[in-house]
Amino acid sequence: MNDPMIRLEGVTKRYPGQDRPAVEHIDLNIPDGEIVIFVGPSGCGKTTLMKMINRLIEPTSGRIFIQGEDVTRANPDELRRRIGYVIQQIGLFPHMTIGDNIATVPKMLGWDSARISKRIDELLELVGLDGPTFRSRYPKQLSGGQRQRVGVARALAVDPPVMLMDEPFGAIDPITRDRLQNEFLRLQADIRKTIVFVTHDIDEAIKMGDRIAILREGAQVAQYDTPQHILSAPADDFVADFVGAGASLKRLNLTRVRDVELTFWPTVAIRADRAEVLSTLRASDKGAVLILDERQRPLRWVTARDIERGDIPLEQAGLEPEAIVEPQSTLQDALNLMLDSSHGAAVVVDGNGGYLGAVDFATVAHAIQGMRVEAREQLRAAAGLGDRGAAAS
Amino acid sequence: MILGVGFGEYVIDEWDRLFTLVVEHAQIVLMSVAIAVVVGVGLGMLTYRTERPRVAVLGVTGVFLTIPSFALFGLLISPLGLGTKPAVVALVMYALLPIVRNTITGLREVDPAVVESAQGMGMGRWRRLARIEFPLAWPIIITGIRVSTQILVGIAAIAAVINGPGLGKDIFRSLARVGTPTAVNQALAAVLGIVILGLLLDIAYLLIGRLTTSRGLRE
Repeated sequence: MNDPMIRLEGVTKRYPGQDRPAVEHIDLNIPDGEIVIFVGPSGCGKTTLMKMINRLIEPTSGRIFIQGEDVTRANPDELRRRIGYVIQQIGLFPHMTIGDNIATVPKMLGWDSARISKRIDELLELVGLDGPTFRSRYPKQLSGGQRQRVGVARALAVDPPVMLMDEPFGAIDPITRDRLQNEFLRLQADIRKTIVFVTHDIDEAIKMGDRIAILREGAQVAQYDTPQHILSAPADDFVADFVGAGASLKRLNLTRVRDVELTFWPTVAIRADRAEVLSTLRASDKGAVLILDERQRPLRWVTARDIERGDIPLEQAGLEPEAIVEPQSTLQDALNLMLDSSHGAAVVVDGNGGYLGAVDFATVAHAIQGMRVEAREQLRAAAGLGDRGAAAS
Repeated sequence: MILGVGFGEYVIDEWDRLFTLVVEHAQIVLMSVAIAVVVGVGLGMLTYRTERPRVAVLGVTGVFLTIPSFALFGLLISPLGLGTKPAVVALVMYALLPIVRNTITGLREVDPAVVESAQGMGMGRWRRLARIEFPLAWPIIITGIRVSTQILVGIAAIAAVINGPGLGKDIFRSLARVGTPTAVNQALAAVLGIVILGLLLDIAYLLIGRLTTSRGLRE
């Protein structure tokens, strides 16, 4: 594996007058281009640990490397200009325009004004705000969500390879938060920054993280792994408790319909006659058959009783399939639709609406079981190497 | 009835002299305020982060303000003599508290999240103070300067006891001649001059405050 972007070596923070260190001897590798989440109960030291990376808090001992360079000896102000920083309250400068806020670090690095101006428009565009409209506004004229985006734009101003984010979506209403999280994930897919992200919310951690470090008191790493593995195979009771009930349900949010083996429900073409429908139904263990049109698009769910009722044409018999998902939908979406559907199945169609298969209870149960087995095997393999836990990279 | 008699004529007759006194008065007030701003804002910036120096500075400047002005001017005669110099020293002492206190309050009221994000972006201590904290505290600081100016416009009149410049001279002269026909007019004109000067300076501060405060901070 490549060198990690950030490497923590025996990092410890001890405050005078306290028996136990706030952070005790942490070793952690943070891979290039990933979002790594520090999550844990309040007071576990996750924020302290993060702030030692840009030395807003000085470690008592241990070393921190960024791109192989020992930054515990660097000039802290110069170091911080190379690391994007976003905090929960965003902390925009209220007396400066949005443009000047974004220009803060470029100015300190001595960029010329034409370059700065171009960069401001570029960044506002990147976070979905119109540059000419917003650059001359003041923070108080913006909504919470807009301020959050400007905070991200400001942190990205000089295109730093590393970003630190301290509960960046914490102060935003749930609906806007969900939207901003999705936007940020899309943005990250393009910019591929190495991001250390602190949150106390395990659901946010699972959604946003490529990798999650679950911390207990003293910033001890209880488990450092991908969200899938943490959900399928929590390392110990602390992790299991912290992940909480419904781990399997949370995992459904991480799995796409395209990743699971679909169940095949019987189908019949629209041109077929009643006898063919009935024989297909009899040959299947399912209670309904899906009628497809000439272009393989699902039209109706039809049961034996619908046929026996008599002379209704096939395109009007039975029920319209309402639970329809696409391969990129999450299993959770599929499950939701499925629970409301008439036959306990969500129909999966491709981009043109053509039938691909269905998701039903058997599909979901099978998928969950598969994830569990896979995680257990990987964990066993990792344990065999003797570095289960902290050094998962 | 004595009061009204010939006040208009008095002002017209004495206009040039009165005007000179008003200018002198304004000069000594503004000079003292300027010195107090440099000293007071400086002290505030140096002490707002640290508990003990902060308490000490506020305590000492607070004591200054409680010394009766007549006594303070008198006390300064022996080290500094008579005239403008001791007057300015005394006025600076009176002006310090509101300026120091508002500087400290203003700087301490800056949103910690804003300061933290500035620090996290790599702004050093002094750059942070100059570019972020001071501009954000400015509306409160200028209010302190305005209050100090108002206090000084009044107190500066007392400076006349040590031969200081300004409208106080006319007040003390008239007090020495109570009962003579123009004594009341003389005192009245001087007091009125002080009130008008105070109002003009206040309006000037409102304008300066508006012009020097970022649009992002105004309501």
